[in-house]
Amino acid sequence: MKLDTAKILQKRKKQILELWMKNQLVDFSLREDLMSNDELTVQSEELVDVLLQTLSGNNLEDLQASSLEAVHEVLEGISISRAKQGYSPRETGMFVFSLKDALLSILAQEIKNDPVQLLDESLKVSKLIDSLGIITFETFIKGREEVILRQTDEITEISTPVIRVWDGIVAMPIIGTLDSSRTQVVMENLLQEIVDTSSSIAILDISGVPAVDSLVAQHLIKTVSATRLMGAECIISGIRPEIAQTVVHLGIDLSGIVTKASLASALRHAYALLQLEVKKVVAK
Amino acid sequence: MIVLSSDNMRILKELDMVVFRNRLKEFAVKIGMGLVNQTKLITAASELSRNMLRYAGGGTVLIEIVNGPQRQNGVRVTFSDNGPGIPNIEQAMKDGFSTGKSLGLGLPGAKRLVSDFDIKSTVGKGTTITIIKWKNG
Repeated sequence: MKLDTAKILQKRKKQILELWMKNQLVDFSLREDLMSNDELTVQSEELVDVLLQTLSGNNLEDLQASSLEAVHEVLEGISISRAKQGYSPRETGMFVFSLKDALLSILAQEIKNDPVQLLDESLKVSKLIDSLGIITFETFIKGREEVILRQTDEITEISTPVIRVWDGIVAMPIIGTLDSSRTQVVMENLLQEIVDTSSSIAILDISGVPAVDSLVAQHLIKTVSATRLMGAECIISGIRPEIAQTVVHLGIDLSGIVTKASLASALRHAYALLQLEVKKVVAK
Repeated sequence: MIVLSSDNMRILKELDMVVFRNRLKEFAVKIGMGLVNQTKLITAASELSRNMLRYAGGGTVLIEIVNGPQRQNGVRVTFSDNGPGIPNIEQAMKDGFSTGKSLGLGLPGAKRLVSDFDIKSTVGKGTTITIIKWKNG
């Protein structure tokens, strides 16, 4: 008589879930700090439900079968949410692989009289869980990459603050690489701030820019030109000695721009332009 | 010339250039290159990798630490792409010449920044540029 593994497993669903939960709860990698046991039970139940529902003799053999898509979907959802919650790949992997142990031990109880068939069916279940494991990892990494992309966006947002240094003087420290999209953000923020504060002097500090090549220089020149069109003077500060030498060798002409070595000297220049004076108070 | 260590990278998007520059810096620091030479090398590499990305849609870079004459160590970087190639190299090496809307300083500027500069290009096949910056060069 030919036994139907899918049917057997469906019949023993409750025990499978119990066994799986037990496996997960004894595992040392259980993260009670990230997810409560109740939540874990709900998640596990959802996966077992959909897995056993869609399981039939056919898709147990053919792992690419489209009928397994529902399982993949649930798994991907769990995997991505775990990636975002900060689970390690190992913990996420163990979640799926501990299900294999549960399925196999139930299978062993049911087909104990026929070792050949047991081996056969166990291999199939094993392969199925392995392929689910791969999907888990794929989506887990995708989830992590999303986190990284979001952080990159956030960094771009926060890394271009405009600071009002004095009445009529704004400064903008640029930290990190200046590429085309970044320059756009820098220019927009700076020009807007000039309008908002009706400043007449803008200081662009590039101490935090690792390398100034011809494109970065071109971006800087454009930003200075745009500032001048708005009726403000733009000073570039934070030119380090090695950057100065490199710019000269590259053949970039920055002679039309006021450049200073430090933010302090740029500020002094700005004060002079506004005819302000900073004086030490002499105690009488 | 003896190659002491090497690394291969692909440049397909602007983000790859940041990773490449950091890796190149690691190599330069490893042989004890000074800050000015490091910056010159990284800037030249930045120009060339950007050219590759912009005009050929990407390519590969090979970073090597080489031991040259007088037992001096240096960093050699090879940029290869399968882009459209450069029809007139002499013209492309002139200051201010650009087919894009850039300053036209990338190729000639990069040549001035490094110790050794070699360019080979076949129209329709691609371009290979090799630069060397000696530790004290």
